[in-house]
Amino acid sequence: MTFFIQVFIEGIALGAVYSLVALGFVIIFKATDVLSFAQPALAALGAGFICYFATEAGINFWLSLLIGIFLTGAVGLLIERTVLRQMVGEPVFSVAVITIGVDILIRTFLDDWIGDEPRFLGDSFTSYGNFGSFSIGEFNFKYLEMAGLFVAFIVILLLNLFFKKSRYGLAMLATSFDQETALAQGINVGRVFGLAWFIGGLLAAIAGFVFTGGFNTLTQLSFVLALRALPAVVIGGLDSIPGAIIGSLIIGVTQSLAGYYQYSIEEYFDINLGLGFSTVAPYIIMFFILLVKPEGLFGTKEVERV
Amino acid sequence: MLSVKNLEVVYQDVILVLKGISINLPRNKVVALLGANGAGKTTVLRAISGLLDIQNGKITKGEIIYDEKNITNSNPSEIVKMGVSQVLEGRRIFSEITVLENLKLGAHTNTQNFEKNVERVFDLFPLLKSREGNIAGYLSGGEQQMLAIGRSLMSEPDYLLLDEPSLGLAPKLVDQIAELVLEINNLGVSVLLVEQNANMALNISDHAYIMENGTIVMDKNSLELKEDEDVQEFYLGLNSNSTERKSFRDVKHYKRKKRWLS
Ligand SMILES: Nc1ncnc2c1ncn2[C@@H]1O[C@H](COP(=O)(O)OP(=O)(O)OP(=O)(O)O)[C@@H](O)[C@H]1O
Ligand SMILES: [Mg+2]
Repeated sequence: MTFFIQVFIEGIALGAVYSLVALGFVIIFKATDVLSFAQPALAALGAGFICYFATEAGINFWLSLLIGIFLTGAVGLLIERTVLRQMVGEPVFSVAVITIGVDILIRTFLDDWIGDEPRFLGDSFTSYGNFGSFSIGEFNFKYLEMAGLFVAFIVILLLNLFFKKSRYGLAMLATSFDQETALAQGINVGRVFGLAWFIGGLLAAIAGFVFTGGFNTLTQLSFVLALRALPAVVIGGLDSIPGAIIGSLIIGVTQSLAGYYQYSIEEYFDINLGLGFSTVAPYIIMFFILLVKPEGLFGTKEVERV
Repeated sequence: MLSVKNLEVVYQDVILVLKGISINLPRNKVVALLGANGAGKTTVLRAISGLLDIQNGKITKGEIIYDEKNITNSNPSEIVKMGVSQVLEGRRIFSEITVLENLKLGAHTNTQNFEKNVERVFDLFPLLKSREGNIAGYLSGGEQQMLAIGRSLMSEPDYLLLDEPSLGLAPKLVDQIAELVLEINNLGVSVLLVEQNANMALNISDHAYIMENGTIVMDKNSLELKEDEDVQEFYLGLNSNSTERKSFRDVKHYKRKKRWLS
């Protein structure tokens, strides 16, 4: 039971970090009607920036972290201004393909810089406690995972405040409900689009750091970790913020449980599930949820058409 | 004065909808813009407030002048800031959020006078005050129309463009809307009132234009227009029975649905 609880909490922590990527995706989709498949590349790029500033440029790690996160937000903004602004009014599918192009472009440059060797990010999560982990009673936790859970929690609270209380948060909500009416209120919808991408970039970079910090390291394949947030969005509903969070937690817990219990399941049913089972399991969950609710758990009907 | 001069508008580069329209909205006046469905009334309002772009429409000729300033093709945000605010056809309130949040959005370009303006709106619509924390989607049709009007007053416009505020409302509520338009006008706001309900519009306006097929066919003092025989027959329905007018409305709804689906 202790083991189960520990695995479960690890899954929640993993899911919380996925939710950052998923939220970026949903915020961009809600505000601009663009399915952004560039989020994984932005996550890896954020990690790349942090790594560059903290290790190659020799800037203090925490400062590098901040710079890296904001720079990734700026790249998001730049993508919106230069590439996607031209595509306003084009079919959702063609625009989505464009974002895949952007994703590949970013990763091409990034991979070139990363090289073949894994890179440490210059943080000190490797040196905290016993190989970056600590124990409470029988439970053993990684500092980085728990930091990710904590940061995701804070970020979600801040986002909630932003949407409820700030002028542009409200404007972004309005734009996602009804763009024409938002324009009629004098809301600068172009600015809202840019802001959505900026936030998407920030969130991706934060997740990118948690995926690659400590012993995880940054490699050419790091973006795949962020890619796993995609089924979370589909499960929760493309246009639902609570959906993105809950979908991510489902994915995180599924992946974590599947990883630890794969052997027991295989033994019990006398089957072989294969090596990547823990990463495939979320897709299996996604498949079953979509059978019952094609628009995702919290998505609105309208999105079905997409 | 807000003037539309010889305006031509085309949708999707080929559909010519306004064919040289000129309209004047002097300060502190109520001007009515009447016409059957599809005449192009909404298009005139969109051209003024910069909302053609999102509809894939373009001004191909003519200009829009706001107190001597040419605002043709300005973006909607600048136009609202300047003092022109449009209430879209069909209320279009943000139904998922509260009444107060709707009003906050109306004040997007004018946050510094928020308290004063919200007070003014609550004075005009006391009902909204008692519902300020309610989700807007649960308001009745009449209340939603008041919220829509209140929301556009939050930017403190000098010119208010109202697109069919009486649409789908019971006669008693239509009277109430008419009174409100006059009250708003008394606060120093000029109103351009687009209406299907010609009777109501002619009763409260100083001047009126009648549109057909993208052109202005009549341009007269509202009192004079009311006396005009053709107007009486075609727009005030004095010679036709009331069931016919009702079916006219249904046709309109059908048309609108179809248009948005395509
Ligand atoms: N976005 C659009 N794209 C193409 N054509 C349009 C568009 N909007 C309106 N039209 C066409 O332009 C003409 C004028 O429409 P408009 O909505 O301005 O008329 P209206 O007088 O407001 O009608 P109603 O009383 O039905 O609201 C109609 O023939 C309509 O079909
Ligand atoms: Mg209309």
